Amino acid sequence: MENWSLVSICVLFGLTARWAVSLNSYSGAGKPPMFGDYEAQRHWQEVTYNLPVHEWYFNTTDNNLNYWGLDYPPLTAYHSLLCAHVAKLINPDWVELHASRGHESYGHKLFMRATVLVADLLIYIPAVVLYSFYLSEGSNKKKVFLCILLYPGLILIDYGHFQYNSISLGLALWGVVVLGLGWDVLGSLAFVLSLNYKQMELYHSLPFFCYLLGKCFKQGLAGRGLFLLVKIAVTVLVTFALCWLPFLSDPGQILQVVHRLFPVGRGLFEDKVANTWCSLNVLIKIKTILSTDTQLYISLTTTLLAILPSSIKLLMKPTLWQFKLALVNSSLAFFLFSFQVHEKSILLPALPVCLLLNDLPLPAIWFLQASTFSMLPLFLKDGLLVPYVVTSLAFLFFSIYLLSALEHCSEDKLRLGPYRRLLICIVRRYGYLSNCINKDHFYFSITAMAGLSFMSVALAPPAQLPDLFPLLVSVFSYLHFLGLLLYFNIVQIAEPPQSVRKNQKKSN
Amino acid sequence: MCYLYVEVHSVISIPPRLIHRGQASVYDTGWYIVLCCGVVLLTMTVFSGYFSHSTDFEVHRNWLAITHSLPVSKWYHENTSEWTLDYPPLFAWFEYSLSHVAQHFDKEMLVVQNLLYTSPATILFQRLSVIVTDIVFIYAVKECCRSVREEKGSKDLLGHPFFILAALLLWNFGLLIVDHIHFQYNGFLFGILLLSVARHLQGRHLEGALLFTVLLNLKHIYLYIAPAYGIFLLRSYCFTEDNTDGSVRWSSFSPVRLVALGSIVISVGALSFGPFIAMGQLPQVLSRLFPFKRGLCHAYWAPNVWALYNMVDKALSVLGVRLKLLDVAKLPKASMTGGLVQEFQHSILPSVSPSITLICTLLSIMPAVLSIWCRPRGARGFLRCLVVCALGSFMFGWHVHEKAILMAILPFSILAVESREDAGIFLMLTTTGHYSLFPLLFTAAELPIKVLLMLLFTLYSFTSLKKLFRGSLLNPLETTYLLGLVAVEILCEVVYPLSPWQHTMPFVPLLVTSVYCSLGVCYSFIRLYVSLLRQHGTDKHKQL
Repeated sequence: MENWSLVSICVLFGLTARWAVSLNSYSGAGKPPMFGDYEAQRHWQEVTYNLPVHEWYFNTTDNNLNYWGLDYPPLTAYHSLLCAHVAKLINPDWVELHASRGHESYGHKLFMRATVLVADLLIYIPAVVLYSFYLSEGSNKKKVFLCILLYPGLILIDYGHFQYNSISLGLALWGVVVLGLGWDVLGSLAFVLSLNYKQMELYHSLPFFCYLLGKCFKQGLAGRGLFLLVKIAVTVLVTFALCWLPFLSDPGQILQVVHRLFPVGRGLFEDKVANTWCSLNVLIKIKTILSTDTQLYISLTTTLLAILPSSIKLLMKPTLWQFKLALVNSSLAFFLFSFQVHEKSILLPALPVCLLLNDLPLPAIWFLQASTFSMLPLFLKDGLLVPYVVTSLAFLFFSIYLLSALEHCSEDKLRLGPYRRLLICIVRRYGYLSNCINKDHFYFSITAMAGLSFMSVALAPPAQLPDLFPLLVSVFSYLHFLGLLLYFNIVQIAEPPQSVRKNQKKSN
Repeated sequence: MCYLYVEVHSVISIPPRLIHRGQASVYDTGWYIVLCCGVVLLTMTVFSGYFSHSTDFEVHRNWLAITHSLPVSKWYHENTSEWTLDYPPLFAWFEYSLSHVAQHFDKEMLVVQNLLYTSPATILFQRLSVIVTDIVFIYAVKECCRSVREEKGSKDLLGHPFFILAALLLWNFGLLIVDHIHFQYNGFLFGILLLSVARHLQGRHLEGALLFTVLLNLKHIYLYIAPAYGIFLLRSYCFTEDNTDGSVRWSSFSPVRLVALGSIVISVGALSFGPFIAMGQLPQVLSRLFPFKRGLCHAYWAPNVWALYNMVDKALSVLGVRLKLLDVAKLPKASMTGGLVQEFQHSILPSVSPSITLICTLLSIMPAVLSIWCRPRGARGFLRCLVVCALGSFMFGWHVHEKAILMAILPFSILAVESREDAGIFLMLTTTGHYSLFPLLFTAAELPIKVLLMLLFTLYSFTSLKKLFRGSLLNPLETTYLLGLVAVEILCEVVYPLSPWQHTMPFVPLLVTSVYCSLGVCYSFIRLYVSLLRQHGTDKHKQL
């Protein structure tokens, strides 16, 4: 069959799955007084539509920041405004100031779900198409494409829980694709837009920076490299300025927006997150022992230390392969070590891991499954158990079968050969890490996830430990993330400097 | 396995050497499991968020309750709910066995008085029961795929006829929405039908006959295709030899075979209807099975000849009133304005009675049945005749449901992957037939689901069949007609609801859909007939 029809069939399949999930409940459905993320998005439409721009981020009589105040960058606000205009056309009650608070209805749910679908269709899916067909090698293009589309974490958060991650992640993916195709200026433009949609994209910013800087170095900072650097810098500054245009008139405005975007006062972590601090908190109550400032410094230092190796390597060798790995390593390090992390932020490392599905099938599938699993408590809270089970099964089944993941776990396929050669001269017994990623461990881990999911649903936790299951889920996922962070770092760093890969030729 | 292998290949006359090792083959199970799991998981995702329920949902819940809580003698007398048991006894026993599982989910659904009872456990059980009984369908499709003629040449798995057939059947849009979104057990029933067809294709006629008899006792709508079965078995199974010109050799009649067939039919019938005959309830059961009190057409006109007939009548009456030839007061009051077109009375054209529809149906299938009597063309000729019977009864039957089109579409899929001409007719028939199912799902939330699934299936069927037969399968007129469906959809579901006529004449979208689709279905029926008779002609020609 022709490519276009297979692609359309895959897209239609992905869209059907998405819409089917969206028929389910959303976060905070029927739970006054605060509701959930769904109400937050609706509230932002109400605020942006009815209030002048300079009141959006300020606490005023008409804008109570304690009730889902706007805490995302300006592009999110503009997007809300756009949606609000459409909503106003359909039913003015949906965005009426004050009166619409907590509005829930069948029609409104359909409208909100449709806005997610439209955004996905316009931004994320085209980026995935381009990536799979232009930047991934081999005969597996269509299969990789289908697997990326079916990644359950993103579907469940966007179409179940309710958020617009497909926009920020989609824009970041556009950045990767365009950079991969060699258009550096456009790539940085796309990434800046994504950063201005959701500040969490900072997790990806260092690899983008290092990749572009590394390319400038390579071309020689005295000549063409400098020119490129200036071009990119101007693009970034102009894009930022355009996004923030309405707020530029008053420095107070800028400070307030920045203050809203980075709420330092909210503590090291909230709820149960599968990162270092939450897991460490089981042993040592760091959250209560240390002051907020100390926590901030510790997390900053560890994060920097964790991303340093991959960033330096990328700076030395700015190739697409290194870039993808650095994106994973950086965002995962941020997720594991930085301050104020949400469980949903695991989607940020999940995106670049999706891009590795073709090259490193087993670790990528393993990571993606663990990332979906780590959000289980959230899904249970939102009433998304059945879609969680079904989409996870579908993803596991399709990706393992289509990518023949279990047949590709030799050391060479896992890109651990160079690492092994390095190790021969160092202590031998540390080499066991390369044996960790194998079929049996994978089966064991998936079974454990299934078991923990079952226990979370079916068993009542003991009275003195009400959070037992969410905590177990977090710690179990954390171990996966930590192990895979180590693995991806090894793969990235151990790649010998002289090896020239096919896609690098294409991209450079 | 080895036995099967030899048998299948001797029947479909392919030298076994064509199956090479390493080449994609129907005997690999991986691809098949992927197709099945894909569709099962998709349906589960769909129903997980889907908590609305159709009348058929309540119908089947009521039957579960009746068979579970009442003695057999009261099954066909119970009428607390308006949805009385109107399927044959074997289906009642099927519901009875399901109810034993159901009681572990929620006992309340098994109480006859609990009308419209829908607890989450009930919904879960009902939906899961459809998915689980679909195993029959999955097995039957696998058997059909084994019986398909294979041509050598294509190496790509996606280009093999058996793969295309499996995808067309498992992912059939109509079956998906009627079973898993609307709610019925068609997958189970069509599974038995396809298995029976596959057995005939494999030359295991007694098994095929047994399966079909069981099917008839599960749902009597399959009586419409019984003529094809009856004549085929009588002609090609009970007569063991033909004359050289292909006509029947009377001396080759085998009474043993007839007795074998007869005993199968009678024993299954006795098992099913016997208890009710013994209790003297046969008239009551039959009156439930064949309710002629319903109207000529269903609330939403199925796209058949009568839809066109109604339309012509309506147009003539409107024209008559405009031209002052008719008096408005004298016209029978049509209830069309209510949105539901339940009891439609014809004002100009003569009214149609059940017996007329029966005669029309019989006349329409007669040539096809006669053709397999005079010139039998093996199991494939029988299959074609079966499709004609199904489609003929759909075109002319009394109170036809739009869902009945599946009876023609599903068996026709097998022919479509084997011949170029059939593939063209298949595309016309399925696309219009499937589109005509759209009114089954009418809420706004279902709109994207049905459109996406329909696009998925239609796109796949077009591209795969086009690839298989290397070239375009439809002429420009047919293509234009099918593209017109897009316009009809936009008009009916987007433009019309925004217009002022939505309140005064809400029935127009259904009317337009029905009439437009009936044109396509009629056209496919005629083309199918032409292909059948032309084959008949060429056979005769060869003999001369």
